[in-house]
Amino acid sequence: MSSLASMTVPEVILNLLEGFAQNGIIFILTLLFAIPLGLVITFGSMSKWAPLKFLHNFYDNSEKGIAYSLLNFIADFKPVQALTRTFVWIIRGTPLMLQLFIFLYAPGLLFGVPNRDRITAAIIAFVINYAAYFSEIYRAGIENVAKGQYEAGQVLGMTKTQVFFKVVLFQVIKNITPPMSNEVITLVKDTSLVRVIGVTEIIMHAERFTKAGIIWPLFSTGLYFLLFNGILTILLGKLEKKMNYYHN
Amino acid sequence: MSILKIENLKKSFGKTEVLKDISFEMNEGEVIAILGSSGSGKTTLLRCVNFLEKADEGKIYVDDKLIYDAKTAQKMSAKDQRENQLNFGLVFQSFNLFPQYNVFENVTLAPKLLAKEEKNTAKYAEIDKKAYDILAKVGLSEKLNNYPCELSGGQQQRVSIARALMLDPKVLFFDEPTSALDPELTGEILKVIKSLAAKNTTMIIVTHEIEFAKNVADRIIFMDDGVIAEDGTPAQVIDNPKNERTRLFLQKFNELK
Repeated sequence: MSSLASMTVPEVILNLLEGFAQNGIIFILTLLFAIPLGLVITFGSMSKWAPLKFLHNFYDNSEKGIAYSLLNFIADFKPVQALTRTFVWIIRGTPLMLQLFIFLYAPGLLFGVPNRDRITAAIIAFVINYAAYFSEIYRAGIENVAKGQYEAGQVLGMTKTQVFFKVVLFQVIKNITPPMSNEVITLVKDTSLVRVIGVTEIIMHAERFTKAGIIWPLFSTGLYFLLFNGILTILLGKLEKKMNYYHN
Repeated sequence: MSILKIENLKKSFGKTEVLKDISFEMNEGEVIAILGSSGSGKTTLLRCVNFLEKADEGKIYVDDKLIYDAKTAQKMSAKDQRENQLNFGLVFQSFNLFPQYNVFENVTLAPKLLAKEEKNTAKYAEIDKKAYDILAKVGLSEKLNNYPCELSGGQQQRVSIARALMLDPKVLFFDEPTSALDPELTGEILKVIKSLAAKNTTMIIVTHEIEFAKNVADRIIFMDDGVIAEDGTPAQVIDNPKNERTRLFLQKFNELK
């Protein structure tokens, strides 16, 4: 390999493209896993399972006071929902950059198995982080489908599964496409964060040129992101338009 | 033999008792209009019979066969509930059409899913034919490929009536079918309901259209505060109400006219 300082422009572009491929891989794998994982988290955060509901029977409705309120609170406790929402709060409430370090170092610190595979750590951190965001978008999308849609399905003798897949799902997808597009575009740019744990993505590649005394490659990396996001914007816009044949 | 029998139906939401012991029977081909002021429990009654709410107490019979008993309601399997559900059809106040499907698909979706489950996809052609017929009867042959958002409220409600008719319900329920419509569109829905009555369709109609109820119904039930205050022919209930509450309700209505 020729020294960085003596590279021709096409060689520099190719070198940066190699780095951008890393961003692309993280982007695609994150979407691939976070989209379904997000749905699992959504079901968790919408869970209505309250195992202590029977406690409601022990108190007369007419009684008031602290003991009654406390019992009510315990009886209404939904463990799956509480656990999932706490998880989402932690993931959304802390920096993704910090989560990258945690997923890199935690296996070694907790189980004595040092994680030397930085890319895997990066992908796991990204999948979990984005799944948490996606889950909230899905939840809003599901909650926005009118109750009457479920009821109409039920009185027409459709099963719950049929109502979900034949009636509700498409409306949810239509509801969530604009906010999901936003997240997808943010994800493209966020992939550059992985360099903090030493994954050689495009900006890390470019910084090597900066150290060798050439600054323009670093600035040029913006064009790669712009171009990629430009294509995504067009594709997602088309998808949105395709579903706009009806409105509620 | 009665086609529908309701026995001691009760329903509360929290501390509010919405239905306090409702019982009545109806015969095949009968048209009952349910009147009453807002909050009297009319809609809740319809929702309980159609399993959209679970009644706390009481029994429901169809053709003298017990299909709902509040005591065992928790144990009713999803399959049984569906089967019982199909005895009834319900037309909603707000139509509740499926927005992503066109008129024809809205009407054929549920019957086709049923046929598919019975592994009888040969029935599809029959379902299509029936859909053309029913949509023609409600005057929507020109709109088969339109989406609900492209239709007027009256047309949407006619689609939802057609959708309910596709499953041949033994009793067809209407929950204030014209409340979301302006007077001009109300007429076209009332016309459709009248034509169904002429064909001896068994119907229960919750409505505020007193004149219409008088014309189309064989029987009128007046509900007040969770109970049936009056039950009789239109002549008895509307022209000679015995109950004080019915009298007040009709008087207010007449003043408004």
